[in-house]
This record gives sequence, structure tokens and C-alpha cells, in this order.
Amino acid sequence: MKLWIAKQRYLADFTLASLARRKTKNLGLLLVFSLLVFVLASVMLFTSALRHEATQVLASSPEVILQRMVAGRHDLIPPGYIERIGRIRGVQKTAGRLWGYYYDPVVKANYTFLGLTEDAPASGRIKVGNGLARYRGVQAGNVLSFRSYSGKLFSFTVDAVLPADSELISADLVLLAEADFRAFFDYPAAHWTDITLSVANPQEVRTVAQKLANALPDSRPILRDEVLRTYQSIFDWREGIVLALLSAAILAFAILAWDKASGLSAEEKREIGILKAIGWETGDVIRMKLWEGLLISLTAFLAGYIAAYVHVFHFSAALFEPVLKGWAVLYPRFTLAPVIDGLQIATLFFFTVLPYAVAVLVPIWRASVTDPDAVMRA
Amino acid sequence: MIELTDIHKAFNEGQPNEYWALRGIDLNIAAGQVTALSGPSGSGKTTLLTLLGCLSRPTRGRVRLKAQDVSGLPERFLTDIRRQTFGFVFQQFNLIRGLSALDNVMLPAYPLGLPHRELRDKAEAQLAALDLGHRRDARVEWLSGGEQQRVAIARALINSPEVVIADEPTANLDTALSKQFMTILERLLDEGRTVLLTSHDPLVVESAVVATVVRLRDGKLVEAQMLFQPAIIALLLASLLSAWRCLPPQPLSPRN
Ligand SMILES: Nc1ncnc2c1ncn2[C@@H]1O[C@H](COP(=O)(O)OP(=O)(O)OP(=O)(O)O)[C@@H](O)[C@H]1O
Ligand SMILES: [Mg+2]
Repeated sequence: MKLWIAKQRYLADFTLASLARRKTKNLGLLLVFSLLVFVLASVMLFTSALRHEATQVLASSPEVILQRMVAGRHDLIPPGYIERIGRIRGVQKTAGRLWGYYYDPVVKANYTFLGLTEDAPASGRIKVGNGLARYRGVQAGNVLSFRSYSGKLFSFTVDAVLPADSELISADLVLLAEADFRAFFDYPAAHWTDITLSVANPQEVRTVAQKLANALPDSRPILRDEVLRTYQSIFDWREGIVLALLSAAILAFAILAWDKASGLSAEEKREIGILKAIGWETGDVIRMKLWEGLLISLTAFLAGYIAAYVHVFHFSAALFEPVLKGWAVLYPRFTLAPVIDGLQIATLFFFTVLPYAVAVLVPIWRASVTDPDAVMRA
Repeated sequence: MIELTDIHKAFNEGQPNEYWALRGIDLNIAAGQVTALSGPSGSGKTTLLTLLGCLSRPTRGRVRLKAQDVSGLPERFLTDIRRQTFGFVFQQFNLIRGLSALDNVMLPAYPLGLPHRELRDKAEAQLAALDLGHRRDARVEWLSGGEQQRVAIARALINSPEVVIADEPTANLDTALSKQFMTILERLLDEGRTVLLTSHDPLVVESAVVATVVRLRDGKLVEAQMLFQPAIIALLLASLLSAWRCLPPQPLSPRN
């Protein structure tokens, strides 16, 4: 046992020495490898954190949203609808919502205005999303003016900037009182943009939706579960595109690794021959090279993964935003909650470290089983 | 010590470029002396040396090391035998570049797992014995040819092999260094080692240190023709005898 350990120590020593001897080659390999892991891990961490976030946000949104359709277009909810819905069996709580879009020519961006009936800011005051605050350069206490669609100028005092952790959703949000909303948009009294309702028994959501559609044929119920699914598929789709692009990168890397490794340099082949001739066993040579490959790939994996973690969770995936969050007008600069998935790490490991190990081992094995007499004819 | 019986060695056997480098060699290497293989280029010296040193296996024939047949052993066992019995000094020295002289010398002992201190001391002693103590930390590619060869010799000796094998040991050396090498050979002999080497160099082949010279030509022993020597001698004797008979009988002087 002691002998075995001593032997492994010698092998490890020699491995480190050989790595140091081929510094440029190994550093280059390490760099490419880390970069690949970095990009892959960034995509994985980012999308899964995003998905996690979206699920989280939707979890607190209403179970059903009812919209009214006229000629296939979303239209206002006229008075009386909320009462009629409240009478349907299974419906627990109903509330009208007021929201709309506003185009701000100053920064050429769309804001979402939300008129609140509960917990609303006082009249003449608003709360704004982080992205908006950044673009317009305002903070709490400042006054913000918007020219309404009717041409009148409205000035609001900014009460607060919404906290950054919900920024993905709230970046472009303007919260204001119901009366202010109606005044700003000239919104007809007692009309609503849509209606939210909750259902007593979650199992009955579909039945209730059916009843709603029957009772109000011009309405369209939107179920949270369906939104969730749509979101999921959008994320999956985006992730899919990125992964497809990346698989090309992986392939390129695999070819590079294969080429680097299988085209064992003449120098390396010679060394293997020498080691065998002076009494190293094939197993010793392979073990030594295995140490070498593992050292490189594990270091690269760790470095790449840690860099990706920092990139996604501390720098908000700055490199990916344009690709992955393209739907928002004001790119939210938000901090994702760190989510690490063991299975994901395993998958990444499986697709990077393992192929490399194989790519390295096969040619070494071939070189080390050849007769050592070749070394006599260098 | 090493016994070869009817050794044949083919390269690329069964292919169009098949080449028989050795064709029927019978040879007995005595222990404790220097045996030199000599012969023209391409005559199979190196090939024979690799067979003797268990670096390769014969295509046909038997190699016996200390009465043990090693020609059929798989590579794994040959490695063991090589490590325990042989030390190699290659023509190009085959040191591992980028490592220090000392590391190169220690290399063959790594698989044995000796305590590091002990191995280091041994390696340093070997280098010191070859006047290289002061160069032990130099990278081998910075050493001169003669120094490199001495590092290679130290490496060959680190596992205290019974047999030292050297292919063209003086081919890259000038006369002075070649003479120095012959001195080292003497030392090896004094230590009771067996030495096998190949050489064209008259300085080596005709040296008093070399006990036996095995001459090769076209993959065969030139000595093989010497097998007819007894016949030639018999013929000579016979002709002498008959010549003597043909001489006119000399009158014997009468005994008194
Ligand atoms: N791996 C090989 N494949 C094919 N032919 C080979 C191989 N190795 C050696 N030979 C041939 O076998 C013959 C003997 O080679 P060997 O190296 O034993 O000669 P040598 O006597 O050592 O010559 P030199 O004095 O030039 O070193 C040569 O003709 C050589 O071309
Ligand atoms: Mg030769």
C-alpha cells in the first residue's frame, strides 16, 4: 500500500513536470476548454435561473384572467361583467384591472402603465420600474412628465423606484392610482382592461373557464397554467437555439481536442517509447497520461463553471442579454437568484470532461502498446 | 547468460515490404564480460540488441535469459524483466527533454516506488561517480554530448541492472570521450556487470576490455562460416600429414 502511494506520487510528480514542460500547448488547451465550459455553463445557468424566476413570478399571478374580445381584438370590459362573473359557481374573488401601454418618445420605449385599486400611490404620485428610472434618470422624489395621447401634459412625483429583484417583469412598469390612470388615458368610467379571478378549487379551473366562456361568449379566459406552459416553451425554444449553436461549438472543440490529442506529437511518442524502454509499464504510462488529461479537463471545468457562475449571477449574464432577453424593450438589468442544478452539472461534465478523456486516452493507449524497440531508431 | 537459438526477425511480416533483418542466429552471451556486436550498416546489430534486451520479440526462435524462455512472454512481463535486468544506453541517449539530469536518472526507478530520499541519494551517487555531480540540476538539453551520454549511463545504472546494453555508444563522441567511455566500461566490468554493445568503432571493437566480438552480415553471424574451421584445420592437417609422408624417408641412424 505504501509502495503504491509512493508510486502514485512519483507518477503525479512526473505528470506535473510534463505539464509544465509543454506550457504553451497545455495553457492553450486549458483556455479553449475553459471557454467552452464557460459558455455552456452560462447558458445553462442563465436559462434555468430565468425559468425559475418566471415560474416564481407567475406563481403569484391570478389563476384566471378574463379578457373581452371584439372582432378578434382585445377590447375593454364594459360595466356589469364583474358582477355577472361573481355569480358563477366556483369563482372566489374577482377584480378589474387597468393597464395599458405608453410610448415615450424621449427614450423611444414602451412603458406599461398599471392603474391600481388597492395599495395605490396617492393621486399625482407614481412608482416606476428600475429600467425606466435608469433610462429617464430619475429617483424617488423627482418629477416625471408624460404627454398623454390626448396631448395634455401630466406631471407625477416619483414615490419610489421598484426593487430590482423583480426587474425582469417590472422594468418598464409605471404604477399609479386608478383615477390618475383613467384621467391620463381618457379611460371610460367603469370600464376595465381585463378581470382577474381566483377559483376555490384548483381542480376546477378548466370547468370554471368553460362556464365563463358560456356565460360571456365574447370573453376569453387566460389560465395561469397555460401562460406558464407558454413561457416554458419560449424559454425552451430560446435555450434550444443557443444550445444548437453551441453544439456546433462543442463539435469543433471535440475535433480540436481529438486532433491535439490523437496527433500525439513526435516528442510525446518518443517519450512514451523511452519510458517503456527503461522499464515503465504500459499501465504506468497510461495512468500518467490519464492524470494529465484529468488535471487539464477538471481544472478547465472548474474554472469555466465558476466563471460562468460569476458571469450569470454577479454580472447578470451581460454577454447574453441581447440574445436571450430580446423581448423586453428596456433590457432589465437584474440579478438572478443563484440556482444550481446537480443534474445540469453532471450533464455538462459528461459532455466535456468525458469526451476529452477519451480523446486523450485512445491515442496514448495506441502509442503505449507498441513495441518499445522503436525507441532504438529515433 | 543469454542464449539465442535460431533467431529470425522479420519486419512487416506478410506485407509486400516484408524484410528479414535476422536470419537464423545462434548465440551465447557470457555473463560478466563485454560482448560487442559489429558489422556493416543494416546488418541487424540494433535489431539483435533489441532482442537481447527484451525490447522486442523474435519472429521465430528462442531467447533464453538465465535459462528462462522469454521469447513467448507478453509485453507486461518483458517490462518487468527489462526493469530488473537491463539498463539501456541509447545511441541518441534518449533523455527526456525539459527535465533535469537528476530527474532523468531517477526516471526508471519511479515504478518501483522507492522512498524519495533513497532514490535521490542513489541517483546523485551515480551522477557523482560519472563526474556529473555538479550538473545534476541542469536541464539535459543544455548538456554537452559527452555529458548527456554520462547521464544516460547513470540512468541505465539506477536500478543496478546485471546487463548494460549500449547501441553505438561512441558514435556521437570524439576520441577523447570514447576513451573515457572505455574507462567507464572497465568500471562496469569491475562491478561484475555484463555489457552488450554494438559498434563500428575500432577503438571499441579492438579494445582489450571487449572479450568477445560477434560479427554480423546480412542478418547472419559471420562466425557461422567459422563453424567450418575445424574442417579446414583437419584438411590442413591432412595435407600436412600427406606432404610429410611424401617426403623421402630419412635413413635412421643406427643405434649404438
Ligand atoms: N521497423 C523496421 N521496419 C522495417 N525494416 C526495419 C525496421 N527496423 C530495421 N529494419 C531494417 O532491418 C535491417 C537491420 O536494421 P538494424 O537497425 O538492425 O541495422 P544495424 O546493423 O543496426 O545498422 P546500423 O549500423 O546502420 O545501425 C535494416 O535493413 C533496416 O532497414
Ligand atoms: Mg544500428
